[in-house]
Amino acid sequence: MNIVVCIKQVPDTTEVKLDPIKGTLIRDGVPSIINPDDKSGLEAALNLKDEYDAHVTVLTMGPPQAKNALREALAMGADEAILLTDRKFAGADTLATSTTLAAAIKNLKYDLVIAGRQAIDGDTAQVGPQIAEHLDLPQVSYVSDLLKKDDFVIIRREFEDGYHMLEVKLPCLITTLSEMNKPRYMSVGGVVEAYEKEIITWTCDDITVDIEKLGLNGSPTKVKKSFTKGIKDPGEIHELAPTEASKLIVQRLKEKHII
Amino acid sequence: MNINDYSGVFVFCEERNGIVSKVSYELIGRGRDIADTLNEKLTAILLGNNILNKANELIHYGADRVIVVDDENLEIYTTEAYTQAFVKIINDEKPEIVLIGATSIGRDLGPRISARIKTGLTADCTSLEIGEENELLMTRPAFGGNIMATIICPNTRPQMSTVRPGVMQMKKKDESRTGEIKDVKVNFTDNVNRVKVIEVVKKEKEEKGIDEATILVSGGRGVGSKDNFEILQKLADSLEGTVSASRAAVDAGWADRSKQVGQTGTTVRPDVYIACGISGAIQHVAGMESSEYIIAINKDSEAPIFEVADLGIVGDIHKIVPELIKEIKTV
Repeated sequence: MNIVVCIKQVPDTTEVKLDPIKGTLIRDGVPSIINPDDKSGLEAALNLKDEYDAHVTVLTMGPPQAKNALREALAMGADEAILLTDRKFAGADTLATSTTLAAAIKNLKYDLVIAGRQAIDGDTAQVGPQIAEHLDLPQVSYVSDLLKKDDFVIIRREFEDGYHMLEVKLPCLITTLSEMNKPRYMSVGGVVEAYEKEIITWTCDDITVDIEKLGLNGSPTKVKKSFTKGIKDPGEIHELAPTEASKLIVQRLKEKHII
Repeated sequence: MNINDYSGVFVFCEERNGIVSKVSYELIGRGRDIADTLNEKLTAILLGNNILNKANELIHYGADRVIVVDDENLEIYTTEAYTQAFVKIINDEKPEIVLIGATSIGRDLGPRISARIKTGLTADCTSLEIGEENELLMTRPAFGGNIMATIICPNTRPQMSTVRPGVMQMKKKDESRTGEIKDVKVNFTDNVNRVKVIEVVKKEKEEKGIDEATILVSGGRGVGSKDNFEILQKLADSLEGTVSASRAAVDAGWADRSKQVGQTGTTVRPDVYIACGISGAIQHVAGMESSEYIIAINKDSEAPIFEVADLGIVGDIHKIVPELIKEIKTV
Protein backbone atom coordinates (compact mmCIF):
# COMPACT_ATOMS: atom_id res chain seq x y z
CA MET A 1 0.00 0.00 0.00
CA ASN A 2 1.32 3.44 -0.95
CA ILE A 3 0.27 6.54 0.92
CA VAL A 4 1.05 10.16 0.08
CA VAL A 5 0.61 12.66 2.89
CA CYS A 6 0.47 16.36 2.00
CA ILE A 7 1.74 18.55 4.79
CA LYS A 8 2.23 22.27 5.26
CA GLN A 9 4.72 24.09 7.40
CA VAL A 10 2.90 26.87 9.24
CA PRO A 11 3.78 29.50 11.82
CA ASP A 12 2.51 28.42 15.22
CA THR A 13 -0.36 30.90 15.19
CA THR A 14 -0.94 30.45 18.89
CA GLU A 15 2.41 32.22 19.22
CA VAL A 16 1.63 35.02 16.78
CA LYS A 17 1.11 38.29 18.59
CA LEU A 18 -0.19 41.62 17.48
CA ASP A 19 2.00 44.68 17.81
CA PRO A 20 -0.08 46.74 20.24
CA ILE A 21 0.97 50.06 18.70
CA LYS A 22 0.95 49.34 14.97
CA GLY A 23 -1.68 46.62 15.05
CA THR A 24 0.43 44.47 12.73
CA LEU A 25 1.42 40.82 13.12
CA ILE A 26 4.71 40.07 14.80
CA ARG A 27 6.00 36.99 13.01
CA ASP A 28 9.67 37.28 13.91
CA GLY A 29 10.81 34.49 16.15
CA VAL A 30 7.54 32.62 15.80
CA PRO A 31 8.32 28.90 15.57
CA SER A 32 7.25 26.88 12.52
CA ILE A 33 5.39 23.63 13.00
CA ILE A 34 3.74 20.92 10.92
CA ASN A 35 0.13 22.01 10.57
CA PRO A 36 -1.83 20.09 13.26
CA ASP A 37 -4.49 18.56 10.98
CA ASP A 38 -1.70 17.42 8.61
CA LYS A 39 0.27 15.89 11.46
CA SER A 40 -2.73 13.79 12.39
CA GLY A 41 -3.00 12.74 8.75
CA LEU A 42 0.62 11.65 8.91
CA GLU A 43 -0.05 9.73 12.12
CA ALA A 44 -2.96 7.94 10.43
CA ALA A 45 -0.63 6.99 7.57
CA LEU A 46 2.04 5.76 9.99
CA ASN A 47 -0.55 3.60 11.73
CA LEU A 48 -1.28 1.96 8.37
CA LYS A 49 2.46 1.54 7.91
CA ASP A 50 2.71 -0.19 11.30
CA GLU A 51 -0.16 -2.50 10.49
CA TYR A 52 0.13 -3.16 6.75
CA ASP A 53 3.70 -2.13 6.01
CA ALA A 54 2.46 0.76 3.90
CA HIS A 55 5.00 3.01 2.19
CA VAL A 56 4.54 6.60 3.37
CA THR A 57 5.67 9.57 1.30
CA VAL A 58 5.33 13.09 2.68
CA LEU A 59 4.99 15.95 0.25
CA THR A 60 5.08 19.66 0.81
CA MET A 61 5.22 22.77 -1.32
CA GLY A 62 7.07 25.71 0.12
CA PRO A 63 10.33 27.59 0.51
CA PRO A 64 13.56 25.64 1.22
CA GLN A 65 13.08 25.97 5.00
CA ALA A 66 9.97 23.77 4.71
CA LYS A 67 12.55 20.95 4.71
CA ASN A 68 12.41 21.17 8.50
CA ALA A 69 8.81 19.99 8.49
CA LEU A 70 9.75 17.11 6.17
CA ARG A 71 12.67 16.14 8.45
CA GLU A 72 10.28 15.96 11.37
CA ALA A 73 7.92 13.77 9.34
CA LEU A 74 10.80 11.44 8.46
CA ALA A 75 11.82 11.29 12.12
CA MET A 76 8.27 10.29 12.99
CA GLY A 77 8.58 7.39 10.58
CA ALA A 78 7.78 8.48 7.02
CA ASP A 79 9.77 6.63 4.36
CA GLU A 80 10.29 9.35 1.84
CA ALA A 81 10.02 13.14 1.71
CA ILE A 82 9.58 15.44 -1.26
CA LEU A 83 9.87 19.21 -1.27
CA LEU A 84 8.26 21.09 -4.13
CA THR A 85 10.05 24.37 -4.35
CA ASP A 86 10.32 26.84 -7.18
CA ARG A 87 9.85 30.57 -7.54
CA LYS A 88 7.18 29.80 -10.12
CA PHE A 89 5.07 28.23 -7.36
CA ALA A 90 5.10 31.37 -5.22
CA GLY A 91 1.98 33.38 -4.56
CA ALA A 92 -0.33 30.47 -5.35
CA ASP A 93 -3.93 30.46 -4.16
CA THR A 94 -5.61 27.19 -3.26
CA LEU A 95 -6.40 26.22 -6.85
CA ALA A 96 -2.83 26.80 -8.08
CA THR A 97 -1.44 25.06 -4.97
CA SER A 98 -3.65 22.04 -5.51
CA THR A 99 -2.70 21.92 -9.20
CA THR A 100 0.98 21.84 -8.26
CA LEU A 101 0.58 19.21 -5.56
CA ALA A 102 -1.63 17.03 -7.76
CA ALA A 103 0.97 17.16 -10.54
CA ALA A 104 3.62 15.96 -8.09
CA ILE A 105 1.37 13.18 -6.78
CA LYS A 106 0.90 11.98 -10.36
CA ASN A 107 4.63 11.18 -10.36
CA LEU A 108 4.13 8.84 -7.39
CA LYS A 109 2.37 5.58 -6.65
CA TYR A 110 -0.62 6.04 -4.38
CA ASP A 111 -3.56 4.10 -3.00
CA LEU A 112 -4.43 6.72 -0.45
CA VAL A 113 -3.75 10.46 -0.46
CA ILE A 114 -4.06 12.26 2.87
CA ALA A 115 -4.17 15.98 3.57
CA GLY A 116 -5.05 17.83 6.74
CA ARG A 117 -8.53 19.30 6.75
CA GLN A 118 -7.23 22.87 6.93
CA ALA A 119 -4.12 24.85 7.80
CA ILE A 120 -4.08 27.09 10.85
CA ASP A 121 -2.67 30.08 8.95
CA GLY A 122 -5.20 30.14 6.11
CA ASP A 123 -8.10 28.05 7.43
CA THR A 124 -9.48 27.45 3.92
CA ALA A 125 -9.90 23.63 3.88
CA GLN A 126 -9.82 23.83 0.07
CA VAL A 127 -6.56 22.30 -1.10
CA GLY A 128 -7.42 18.68 -0.21
CA PRO A 129 -10.72 18.50 -2.11
CA GLN A 130 -9.17 20.36 -5.05
CA ILE A 131 -6.30 17.85 -5.28
CA ALA A 132 -8.90 15.06 -5.27
CA GLU A 133 -10.65 16.66 -8.22
CA HIS A 134 -7.42 17.07 -10.21
CA LEU A 135 -6.59 13.40 -9.60
CA ASP A 136 -10.19 12.27 -10.24
CA LEU A 137 -10.26 10.59 -6.84
CA PRO A 138 -13.27 10.26 -4.54
CA GLN A 139 -12.79 12.49 -1.51
CA VAL A 140 -13.88 12.39 2.09
CA SER A 141 -13.08 15.39 4.26
CA TYR A 142 -13.46 15.96 8.03
CA VAL A 143 -12.25 12.43 8.76
CA SER A 144 -11.98 11.38 12.40
CA ASP A 145 -11.44 7.65 11.99
CA LEU A 146 -10.18 5.29 9.32
CA LEU A 147 -10.07 1.53 9.06
CA LYS A 148 -8.63 -0.41 6.13
CA LYS A 149 -10.56 -3.45 4.96
CA ASP A 150 -9.17 -5.23 1.88
CA ASP A 151 -9.40 -2.76 -1.00
CA PHE A 152 -11.68 -0.45 0.94
CA VAL A 153 -11.44 2.03 3.73
CA ILE A 154 -14.20 2.52 6.26
CA ILE A 155 -14.25 6.16 7.25
CA ARG A 156 -15.94 8.21 9.90
CA ARG A 157 -16.80 11.64 8.48
CA GLU A 158 -17.80 14.36 10.96
CA PHE A 159 -20.62 16.88 10.53
CA GLU A 160 -21.84 19.61 12.89
CA ASP A 161 -24.79 17.48 13.94
CA GLY A 162 -23.44 13.95 13.77
CA TYR A 163 -21.32 11.74 11.56
CA HIS A 164 -21.48 9.40 8.59
CA MET A 165 -19.80 6.04 8.27
CA LEU A 166 -18.61 5.68 4.69
CA GLU A 167 -17.13 2.91 2.62
CA VAL A 168 -14.75 3.99 -0.12
CA LYS A 169 -12.82 1.87 -2.56
CA LEU A 170 -9.16 2.74 -2.86
CA PRO A 171 -7.65 4.85 -4.28
CA CYS A 172 -9.17 7.88 -2.58
CA LEU A 173 -8.25 11.11 -0.84
CA ILE A 174 -9.16 12.01 2.72
CA THR A 175 -8.69 15.16 4.77
CA THR A 176 -8.06 14.54 8.44
CA LEU A 177 -9.03 16.31 11.65
CA SER A 178 -6.49 16.84 14.42
CA GLU A 179 -8.97 15.19 16.81
CA MET A 180 -8.41 11.95 14.91
CA ASN A 181 -5.40 10.84 16.92
CA LYS A 182 -2.45 11.97 18.97
CA PRO A 183 0.59 12.14 16.67
CA ARG A 184 3.62 10.20 17.87
CA TYR A 185 6.83 11.92 18.86
CA MET A 186 9.97 11.68 16.81
CA SER A 187 11.99 8.70 17.97
CA VAL A 188 15.71 9.05 18.70
CA GLY A 189 16.48 6.47 16.03
CA GLY A 190 14.08 8.26 13.75
CA VAL A 191 15.86 11.58 14.18
CA VAL A 192 19.20 10.01 13.32
CA GLU A 193 17.70 8.25 10.30
CA ALA A 194 15.93 11.41 9.23
CA TYR A 195 19.26 13.16 8.81
CA GLU A 196 20.65 10.26 6.84
CA LYS A 197 17.74 10.23 4.44
CA GLU A 198 17.78 12.53 1.48
CA ILE A 199 14.96 14.98 1.02
CA ILE A 200 14.01 14.92 -2.63
CA THR A 201 13.58 18.36 -4.14
CA TRP A 202 11.41 18.88 -7.17
CA THR A 203 11.04 22.08 -9.14
CA CYS A 204 8.65 23.03 -11.89
CA ASP A 205 10.79 20.97 -14.32
CA ASP A 206 10.19 17.74 -12.40
CA ILE A 207 6.40 17.76 -12.72
CA THR A 208 4.15 17.73 -15.77
CA VAL A 209 1.99 20.78 -15.51
CA ASP A 210 0.83 23.77 -17.52
CA ILE A 211 3.09 26.56 -16.28
CA GLU A 212 0.24 29.06 -16.74
CA LYS A 213 -1.60 27.36 -13.90
CA LEU A 214 1.12 27.83 -11.30
CA GLY A 215 1.84 30.43 -8.67
CA LEU A 216 0.48 33.93 -8.60
CA ASN A 217 -0.28 34.01 -12.34
CA GLY A 218 -2.16 30.72 -12.21
CA SER A 219 -4.31 31.82 -9.29
CA PRO A 220 -7.87 32.86 -10.12
CA THR A 221 -8.21 34.66 -6.78
CA LYS A 222 -6.11 37.70 -5.92
CA VAL A 223 -5.62 39.50 -2.66
CA LYS A 224 -6.90 43.03 -3.19
CA LYS A 225 -5.84 44.21 0.24
CA SER A 226 -5.10 42.84 3.66
CA PHE A 227 -5.39 44.61 6.94
CA THR A 228 -5.34 43.98 10.64
CA LYS A 229 -8.38 44.74 12.62
CA GLY A 230 -6.17 47.22 14.39
CA ILE A 231 -6.62 48.77 17.78
CA LYS A 232 -10.09 48.65 19.15
CA ASP A 233 -12.15 51.79 19.34
CA PRO A 234 -13.00 52.75 22.88
CA GLY A 235 -16.39 51.37 23.79
CA GLU A 236 -19.45 53.09 25.19
CA ILE A 237 -20.14 53.08 28.92
CA HIS A 238 -23.52 53.84 30.45
CA GLU A 239 -24.92 53.93 33.94
CA LEU A 240 -28.54 52.90 33.47
CA ALA A 241 -31.49 51.49 35.35
CA PRO A 242 -31.98 47.72 34.77
CA THR A 243 -34.82 48.11 32.22
CA GLU A 244 -33.00 50.71 30.14
CA ALA A 245 -29.76 48.77 30.37
CA SER A 246 -31.51 45.62 29.14
CA LYS A 247 -33.13 47.46 26.24
CA LEU A 248 -29.78 48.88 25.17
CA ILE A 249 -28.04 45.50 25.34
CA VAL A 250 -30.80 43.87 23.27
CA GLN A 251 -30.62 46.72 20.74
CA ARG A 252 -26.86 46.22 20.33
CA LEU A 253 -27.28 42.43 20.03
CA LYS A 254 -29.83 43.01 17.29
CA GLU A 255 -27.46 45.33 15.45
CA LYS A 256 -24.85 42.57 15.62
CA HIS A 257 -27.41 40.09 14.22
CA ILE A 258 -27.05 37.96 17.35
CA ILE A 259 -30.79 38.03 18.04
CA MET B 1 -14.22 32.01 -20.91
CA ASN B 2 -15.92 35.27 -21.72
CA ILE B 3 -16.83 36.68 -18.35
CA ASN B 4 -19.54 38.86 -19.85
CA ASP B 5 -21.56 35.72 -20.57
CA TYR B 6 -22.07 35.24 -16.84
CA SER B 7 -24.83 36.91 -14.87
CA GLY B 8 -26.98 36.46 -11.81
CA VAL B 9 -26.35 35.71 -8.16
CA PHE B 10 -26.78 32.07 -7.10
CA VAL B 11 -26.88 30.78 -3.54
CA PHE B 12 -26.71 27.18 -2.41
CA CYS B 13 -29.47 26.20 -0.01
CA GLU B 14 -28.21 23.42 2.17
CA GLU B 15 -30.79 20.95 3.34
CA ARG B 16 -30.41 18.12 5.83
CA ASN B 17 -33.25 15.70 6.60
CA GLY B 18 -35.78 17.91 4.86
CA ILE B 19 -34.80 21.02 6.79
CA VAL B 20 -33.22 23.93 4.95
CA SER B 21 -30.38 25.22 7.13
CA LYS B 22 -30.35 28.72 8.58
CA VAL B 23 -27.23 29.74 6.68
CA SER B 24 -29.18 29.23 3.45
CA TYR B 25 -31.62 31.98 4.44
CA GLU B 26 -28.69 34.17 5.46
CA LEU B 27 -27.18 33.71 2.00
CA ILE B 28 -30.51 34.54 0.40
CA GLY B 29 -30.60 37.70 2.55
CA ARG B 30 -27.15 38.91 1.51
CA GLY B 31 -27.54 37.57 -2.03
CA ARG B 32 -30.73 39.65 -2.37
CA ASP B 33 -28.82 42.86 -1.58
CA ILE B 34 -26.00 41.97 -3.96
CA ALA B 35 -28.41 41.05 -6.76
CA ASP B 36 -30.21 44.37 -6.28
CA THR B 37 -26.93 46.29 -6.37
CA LEU B 38 -26.03 44.56 -9.64
CA ASN B 39 -29.59 44.78 -10.93
CA GLU B 40 -29.60 41.03 -11.49
CA LYS B 41 -31.69 38.08 -10.39
CA LEU B 42 -31.18 35.99 -7.26
CA THR B 43 -31.44 32.24 -7.77
CA ALA B 44 -31.52 29.67 -4.97
CA ILE B 45 -30.15 26.19 -5.69
CA LEU B 46 -31.90 23.45 -3.73
CA LEU B 47 -30.57 19.90 -3.91
CA GLY B 48 -32.11 16.90 -2.16
CA ASN B 49 -34.74 14.20 -2.34
CA ASN B 50 -38.47 15.03 -2.04
CA ILE B 51 -37.69 18.67 -1.35
CA LEU B 52 -39.68 20.41 -4.09
CA ASN B 53 -42.15 21.61 -1.44
CA LYS B 54 -39.39 23.67 0.24
CA ALA B 55 -38.81 25.85 -2.80
CA ASN B 56 -41.59 28.37 -2.26
CA GLU B 57 -40.29 29.38 1.12
CA LEU B 58 -36.94 30.34 -0.42
CA ILE B 59 -38.84 32.78 -2.63
CA HIS B 60 -40.65 34.18 0.41
CA TYR B 61 -37.28 34.96 1.95
CA GLY B 62 -35.99 36.81 -1.11
CA ALA B 63 -35.09 34.52 -4.03
CA ASP B 64 -36.42 35.36 -7.52
CA ARG B 65 -36.00 31.82 -8.77
CA VAL B 66 -35.33 28.42 -7.31
CA ILE B 67 -33.60 25.66 -9.23
CA VAL B 68 -34.39 22.32 -7.68
CA VAL B 69 -32.74 19.01 -8.35
CA ASP B 70 -34.92 16.42 -6.67
CA ASP B 71 -33.23 13.05 -6.91
CA GLU B 72 -32.65 10.05 -4.66
CA ASN B 73 -28.91 10.36 -5.29
CA LEU B 74 -29.13 13.61 -3.28
CA GLU B 75 -30.98 12.19 -0.29
CA ILE B 76 -27.85 12.09 1.88
CA TYR B 77 -24.95 14.43 1.21
CA THR B 78 -22.06 12.98 -0.74
CA THR B 79 -19.49 15.14 -2.48
CA GLU B 80 -19.71 13.69 -5.97
CA ALA B 81 -23.49 13.64 -6.46
CA TYR B 82 -23.85 17.19 -5.16
CA THR B 83 -20.92 18.34 -7.30
CA GLN B 84 -22.40 16.83 -10.45
CA ALA B 85 -25.78 18.47 -9.87
CA PHE B 86 -24.21 21.83 -8.97
CA VAL B 87 -21.79 21.84 -11.90
CA LYS B 88 -24.59 21.07 -14.35
CA ILE B 89 -26.52 24.08 -13.05
CA ILE B 90 -23.45 26.34 -13.28
CA ASN B 91 -22.68 25.16 -16.82
CA ASP B 92 -26.28 25.66 -17.97
CA GLU B 93 -26.98 28.92 -16.19
CA LYS B 94 -23.59 30.66 -16.13
CA PRO B 95 -23.96 32.58 -12.85
CA GLU B 96 -21.73 35.54 -12.09
CA ILE B 97 -21.62 34.88 -8.35
CA VAL B 98 -22.09 31.65 -6.36
CA LEU B 99 -22.38 31.71 -2.57
CA ILE B 100 -22.23 28.59 -0.38
CA GLY B 101 -22.48 28.32 3.41
CA ALA B 102 -19.11 27.57 5.03
CA THR B 103 -20.41 24.48 6.83
CA SER B 104 -18.82 21.04 6.90
CA ILE B 105 -20.82 20.38 3.73
CA GLY B 106 -20.14 23.67 1.96
CA ARG B 107 -16.43 23.56 2.72
CA ASP B 108 -16.27 20.08 1.15
CA LEU B 109 -18.47 20.84 -1.85
CA GLY B 110 -17.20 24.33 -2.73
CA PRO B 111 -13.58 23.43 -3.44
CA ARG B 112 -14.56 20.33 -5.42
CA ILE B 113 -16.81 22.43 -7.67
CA SER B 114 -14.27 25.22 -8.05
CA ALA B 115 -11.59 22.76 -9.16
CA ARG B 116 -13.98 21.11 -11.63
CA ILE B 117 -15.03 24.33 -13.30
CA LYS B 118 -11.63 25.97 -12.78
CA THR B 119 -12.58 29.15 -11.03
CA GLY B 120 -11.54 30.82 -7.79
CA LEU B 121 -13.12 30.15 -4.43
CA THR B 122 -12.68 32.29 -1.32
CA ALA B 123 -13.20 30.45 1.95
CA ASP B 124 -15.14 31.46 5.03
CA CYS B 125 -16.01 35.03 4.08
CA THR B 126 -17.39 37.35 6.73
CA SER B 127 -18.15 40.26 4.43
CA LEU B 128 -19.31 40.48 0.81
CA GLU B 129 -19.53 43.78 -1.04
CA ILE B 130 -19.75 44.92 -4.65
CA GLY B 131 -16.78 47.03 -5.79
CA GLU B 132 -16.50 49.93 -8.23
CA GLU B 133 -16.23 47.66 -11.26
CA ASN B 134 -19.11 45.49 -10.07
CA GLU B 135 -16.61 42.92 -8.84
CA LEU B 136 -17.34 40.87 -5.74
CA LEU B 137 -15.15 41.92 -2.80
CA MET B 138 -14.82 38.90 -0.52
CA THR B 139 -13.35 39.62 2.90
CA ARG B 140 -12.18 36.85 5.20
CA PRO B 141 -10.14 36.41 8.35
CA ALA B 142 -6.82 34.56 8.42
CA PHE B 143 -4.23 33.77 11.09
CA GLY B 144 -6.95 32.89 13.52
CA GLY B 145 -8.69 36.20 12.91
CA ASN B 146 -5.63 38.40 13.40
CA ILE B 147 -5.58 39.51 9.77
CA MET B 148 -8.39 40.29 7.35
CA ALA B 149 -7.94 39.94 3.58
CA THR B 150 -10.17 41.18 0.78
CA ILE B 151 -10.06 38.78 -2.15
CA ILE B 152 -11.25 39.24 -5.72
CA CYS B 153 -11.64 36.83 -8.62
CA PRO B 154 -11.04 39.09 -11.62
CA ASN B 155 -10.68 36.82 -14.65
CA THR B 156 -12.79 33.72 -14.16
CA ARG B 157 -16.49 33.16 -13.47
CA PRO B 158 -18.42 32.47 -11.40
CA GLN B 159 -16.91 34.34 -8.47
CA MET B 160 -17.34 31.80 -5.69
CA SER B 161 -17.30 32.19 -1.96
CA THR B 162 -18.14 30.14 1.08
CA VAL B 163 -19.71 32.31 3.75
CA ARG B 164 -19.43 31.87 7.49
CA PRO B 165 -22.75 30.94 9.11
CA GLY B 166 -24.28 33.49 11.45
CA VAL B 167 -22.66 36.54 9.84
CA MET B 168 -25.13 37.59 7.15
CA GLN B 169 -28.63 38.68 8.00
CA MET B 170 -31.74 36.99 6.68
CA LYS B 171 -34.68 39.03 5.39
CA LYS B 172 -38.16 39.01 6.85
CA LYS B 173 -40.45 36.42 5.34
CA ASP B 174 -42.83 37.87 2.78
CA GLU B 175 -45.45 35.34 1.70
CA SER B 176 -46.71 37.62 -1.04
CA ARG B 177 -43.45 37.26 -2.97
CA THR B 178 -43.68 35.10 -6.08
CA GLY B 179 -41.04 33.60 -8.33
CA GLU B 180 -40.09 30.88 -10.73
CA ILE B 181 -39.39 27.31 -9.63
CA LYS B 182 -37.41 25.22 -12.06
CA ASP B 183 -37.14 21.46 -11.63
CA VAL B 184 -33.93 20.22 -13.24
CA LYS B 185 -33.01 16.63 -14.04
CA VAL B 186 -29.41 15.49 -13.79
CA ASN B 187 -27.92 12.38 -15.38
CA PHE B 188 -25.55 11.22 -12.69
CA THR B 189 -22.49 9.19 -13.70
CA ASP B 190 -21.33 6.03 -11.93
CA ASN B 191 -18.77 8.10 -10.03
CA VAL B 192 -21.48 8.99 -7.51
CA ASN B 193 -21.22 5.41 -6.24
CA ARG B 194 -17.55 5.62 -5.34
CA VAL B 195 -18.40 6.73 -1.80
CA LYS B 196 -21.03 4.59 -0.11
CA VAL B 197 -22.85 5.83 2.98
CA ILE B 198 -23.25 2.86 5.32
CA GLU B 199 -24.52 4.64 8.40
CA VAL B 200 -25.86 8.08 9.35
CA VAL B 201 -25.56 8.95 13.02
CA LYS B 202 -27.15 12.00 14.61
CA LYS B 203 -25.40 13.33 17.66
CA GLU B 204 -27.30 14.30 20.74
CA LYS B 205 -26.89 18.01 21.17
CA GLU B 206 -24.01 18.22 23.54
CA GLU B 207 -22.76 21.22 25.37
CA LYS B 208 -20.12 23.10 23.45
CA GLY B 209 -16.69 23.72 24.93
CA ILE B 210 -16.22 27.37 25.83
CA ASP B 211 -13.60 27.75 23.10
CA GLU B 212 -16.18 26.73 20.50
CA ALA B 213 -19.06 28.81 21.80
CA THR B 214 -20.16 31.77 19.69
CA ILE B 215 -21.87 33.41 22.64
CA LEU B 216 -20.42 33.32 26.14
CA VAL B 217 -22.05 34.54 29.32
CA SER B 218 -19.23 34.76 31.80
CA GLY B 219 -19.45 35.23 35.56
CA GLY B 220 -16.91 36.53 38.06
CA ARG B 221 -16.57 37.27 41.74
CA GLY B 222 -19.50 39.70 41.57
CA VAL B 223 -21.90 36.83 40.87
CA GLY B 224 -21.60 36.06 44.57
CA SER B 225 -22.63 32.40 44.83
CA LYS B 226 -23.00 29.11 43.02
CA ASP B 227 -26.79 29.51 42.99
CA ASN B 228 -26.47 32.86 41.28
CA PHE B 229 -24.67 31.19 38.40
CA GLU B 230 -27.98 29.58 37.45
CA ILE B 231 -29.37 32.92 36.36
CA LEU B 232 -26.35 33.28 34.06
CA GLN B 233 -27.18 29.85 32.66
CA LYS B 234 -30.70 31.10 31.94
CA LEU B 235 -29.30 34.13 30.14
CA ALA B 236 -26.99 31.87 28.15
CA ASP B 237 -29.92 29.58 27.26
CA SER B 238 -31.99 32.50 26.03
CA LEU B 239 -29.17 33.41 23.62
CA GLU B 240 -28.26 29.80 22.77
CA GLY B 241 -24.93 30.51 24.39
CA THR B 242 -22.65 28.89 26.93
CA VAL B 243 -21.63 29.86 30.45
CA SER B 244 -18.01 30.52 31.33
CA ALA B 245 -16.30 32.00 34.37
CA SER B 246 -13.35 33.97 35.68
CA ARG B 247 -10.66 32.39 37.79
CA ALA B 248 -12.11 33.98 40.93
CA ALA B 249 -15.46 32.26 40.35
CA VAL B 250 -13.79 28.93 39.59
CA ASP B 251 -11.55 29.15 42.67
CA ALA B 252 -14.64 29.89 44.76
CA GLY B 253 -16.14 26.62 43.49
CA TRP B 254 -19.03 28.29 41.67
CA ALA B 255 -18.07 27.01 38.23
CA ASP B 256 -16.13 24.08 36.81
CA ARG B 257 -12.46 24.51 35.95
CA SER B 258 -13.25 23.62 32.30
CA LYS B 259 -15.25 26.86 32.12
CA GLN B 260 -12.38 29.12 33.11
CA VAL B 261 -11.48 31.92 30.72
CA GLY B 262 -8.06 33.51 30.93
CA GLN B 263 -4.36 32.99 30.80
CA THR B 264 -4.42 29.92 33.04
CA GLY B 265 -7.74 28.78 31.60
CA THR B 266 -8.98 28.87 28.02
CA THR B 267 -8.57 31.63 25.46
CA VAL B 268 -11.89 32.36 23.84
CA ARG B 269 -12.96 34.38 20.82
CA PRO B 270 -16.77 34.30 20.71
CA ASP B 271 -18.94 36.65 18.69
CA VAL B 272 -20.32 38.03 21.94
CA TYR B 273 -18.77 37.90 25.39
CA ILE B 274 -20.97 39.09 28.24
CA ALA B 275 -18.86 39.66 31.35
CA CYS B 276 -21.06 39.72 34.47
CA GLY B 277 -19.48 40.86 37.69
CA ILE B 278 -15.97 40.37 36.32
CA SER B 279 -13.48 43.05 37.30
CA GLY B 280 -11.17 42.29 34.39
CA ALA B 281 -7.81 41.29 35.82
CA ILE B 282 -5.14 41.32 33.14
CA GLN B 283 -4.93 37.49 33.15
CA HIS B 284 -8.64 37.32 32.42
CA VAL B 285 -8.58 39.98 29.72
CA ALA B 286 -5.74 38.15 27.94
CA GLY B 287 -8.09 35.22 27.45
CA MET B 288 -11.08 37.08 26.04
CA GLU B 289 -10.00 40.41 24.53
CA SER B 290 -10.19 39.08 20.96
CA SER B 291 -13.91 38.45 21.32
CA GLU B 292 -15.85 40.11 18.54
CA TYR B 293 -18.16 42.12 20.82
CA ILE B 294 -17.69 42.52 24.55
CA ILE B 295 -20.44 43.55 26.92
CA ALA B 296 -19.48 44.19 30.55
CA ILE B 297 -21.84 44.63 33.46
CA ASN B 298 -20.23 45.67 36.74
CA LYS B 299 -21.13 47.76 39.78
CA ASP B 300 -17.71 49.37 39.91
CA SER B 301 -17.38 52.04 37.22
CA GLU B 302 -13.58 51.88 37.67
CA ALA B 303 -13.37 48.14 36.88
CA PRO B 304 -10.66 47.50 34.24
CA ILE B 305 -13.07 45.27 32.28
CA PHE B 306 -14.65 48.48 30.94
CA GLU B 307 -11.40 49.30 29.14
CA VAL B 308 -11.91 46.36 26.75
CA ALA B 309 -15.71 46.46 26.64
CA ASP B 310 -17.55 47.60 23.52
CA LEU B 311 -20.59 48.17 25.67
CA GLY B 312 -20.16 48.77 29.38
CA ILE B 313 -23.06 48.93 31.79
CA VAL B 314 -22.40 50.26 35.27
CA GLY B 315 -24.96 48.52 37.45
CA ASP B 316 -25.95 45.56 39.53
CA ILE B 317 -25.93 42.26 37.63
CA HIS B 318 -28.46 40.77 40.04
CA LYS B 319 -31.01 43.31 38.87
CA ILE B 320 -29.97 43.69 35.24
CA VAL B 321 -29.57 40.03 34.21
CA PRO B 322 -33.18 39.00 35.07
CA GLU B 323 -34.47 42.08 33.21
CA LEU B 324 -32.25 41.25 30.26
CA ILE B 325 -33.61 37.70 30.04
CA LYS B 326 -37.15 39.11 29.99
CA GLU B 327 -36.23 41.63 27.31
CA ILE B 328 -34.61 38.97 25.10
CA LYS B 329 -37.74 36.81 25.37
CA THR B 330 -39.85 39.63 23.94
CA VAL B 331 -37.80 39.64 20.74
